Amino acid sequence: MRVTQGAFSFLPDLTDAQISAQIEYCLRQEWAVSVEFTDDPHPRNTYWEMWGMPMFDLRDAAGVMAEVRACRKANPHAYVRVNAFDSTRGWETVRLSFLVQRPADEPGFRLARMEAQGRTIRYTIQAYSVDQPPGRRYGANQASATQGDGS
Amino acid sequence: MSVSAAATAFDSAAEVVDLKALLADTDLNAPITELERDLVGLAPVKLRIREIAAFLLVARAREQVGLSSGPPTLHMAFTGNPGTGKTTVALRMASILHRLGYVRKGHLVSVTRDDLVGQFIGHTAPKTKDVLKRAMGGVLFIDEAYYLHRPENEKDYGQEAIEILLQVMENQREDLVVILAGYRGRMESFFASNPGFRSRIAHHIDFPDYDAGELLAIAEVLAAQSEYRLSDAAREAMVDYIARRRKQPGFANARSIRNALDRARLRQAMRLCAGNGVASREALQTIEAEDIRVSRVFTTAIN
Repeated sequence: MRVTQGAFSFLPDLTDAQISAQIEYCLRQEWAVSVEFTDDPHPRNTYWEMWGMPMFDLRDAAGVMAEVRACRKANPHAYVRVNAFDSTRGWETVRLSFLVQRPADEPGFRLARMEAQGRTIRYTIQAYSVDQPPGRRYGANQASATQGDGS
Repeated sequence: MSVSAAATAFDSAAEVVDLKALLADTDLNAPITELERDLVGLAPVKLRIREIAAFLLVARAREQVGLSSGPPTLHMAFTGNPGTGKTTVALRMASILHRLGYVRKGHLVSVTRDDLVGQFIGHTAPKTKDVLKRAMGGVLFIDEAYYLHRPENEKDYGQEAIEILLQVMENQREDLVVILAGYRGRMESFFASNPGFRSRIAHHIDFPDYDAGELLAIAEVLAAQSEYRLSDAAREAMVDYIARRRKQPGFANARSIRNALDRARLRQAMRLCAGNGVASREALQTIEAEDIRVSRVFTTAIN
C-alpha cells in the first residue's frame, strides 16, 4: 500500500530534478530546509529522525541535494522527507514537507480491534512493518537505524 | 536524396557559432568593462580575467555545436601582497561567472580558517560542510588559505578541512568555484605541502604591487567615491606621502591609501570645526594639503 504523506504524495515519485526545483522554491522563500528519515510510517508519527541540522543561509539546492543523497545512501530502506520551515513571525511552522524516498515494498497497515467495556470495539491501525524492531524493517538488516551525523 | 541534402545544409548551418552574438547574449561586456574602469592598474589580472571569460565563451560555443569538453575547472588561486585587490576581484569574479552561467547564483561566501576548522574532534567536518553548502551555486573565497595547513602540529584539524574541500572541489565542480587567496611566498609553501590543491586549481593569478602613479589614482578614485576631492596642493602632498609610506614597514598598497584618506577626512573635519564656523560646499568636500602633511609618515625618519 502506497503511503501518502506530505505534499505531492498522490503524484508519481518526484525525480531528483523535480526535488531540486522544489528545494529551489523553498530557498527562494527563505525557508530553512531539513532532511528527516524514519522506518515507522504511521501517519501520527510526527517526529522523524533528523538527518543533521536544518540548513540555514543556503542559496542553492545543490547542498540540500547532497544531504538527501547521503541520507538515502545511509538509509536505503527508510522513508526520507524534506521539510521547509518558515521562521517568519506569524508563521513559524513547516510550510512544505514531501517524501523524497520510500521503501521498494510497502506492506501497508492492518486494522486492529480492541475490546473495551461492554461490547464496545475500539479500532486502530498498525503498520505491518513495525512488527520488526527498528532498523530491521523493509528489508534492512542492520542492528539499529543509522543516525544522522550532519555529514 | 533531397532529405539528406537538406539535413546536411542544416548541419553545416549549425556548425557556425556567432561568438559576437553569444557575447551580447551573455551580457558579459558590462562586468568586464566595469572591472577595467573601476580597478586601477592590475594589468596581468585583467588580462587573465579576459582570457578566462573568452575561454568560457568558447566552451559554451563548443557545447552548441556538440563538441564535448566537460565542465571546465574554474578554481583559482589569487596571490599577492596585502591590499592589492584580491577580495575586490573575487567579488567581481563571482558576478562575471554568474553572467556566463558557470555559477547559478553568483554570491560570494568569504571565509577564513576559523569558519572551516573546528575546535575539537568531530567539529571540523560539519563546519566545513556547512560552509560549502552555503557557498553552493556561488563562489567560495578562502582568505589566507595557508592557515588551513599547520605543518608544525600534526594533530591540527586543518588537514580534515583540506580533505573535504578537495573532495568537493573535484566532485562538485559545477556547483561551486573555490578561490584561494594569500601572500605569495606562503601560498607557494602551502601548495608545495598540499600537491592535491595545486593540481585542482587551474588558474593561478598573481596580483602585482601598485606603483606610485597607480596609488595616486587609487587615492583619487577612493576620494571621489565618497564625494571628496583633493586640492592641487593636497595631491602633491599625497604624492609625497605615497613615496614615503611605501618605504615604511607595514605598507599595504591600496589599503594603506584608504586608511590615509580616512585619517585625512578626520583632520579635515577637525580643521573645519576649528575654523570660523562657516563651511562652504566647496570646503566640505575638499581635502587640503595640511590634512595630509600632518601625518606621522612625514615626521618619521626613513631608515
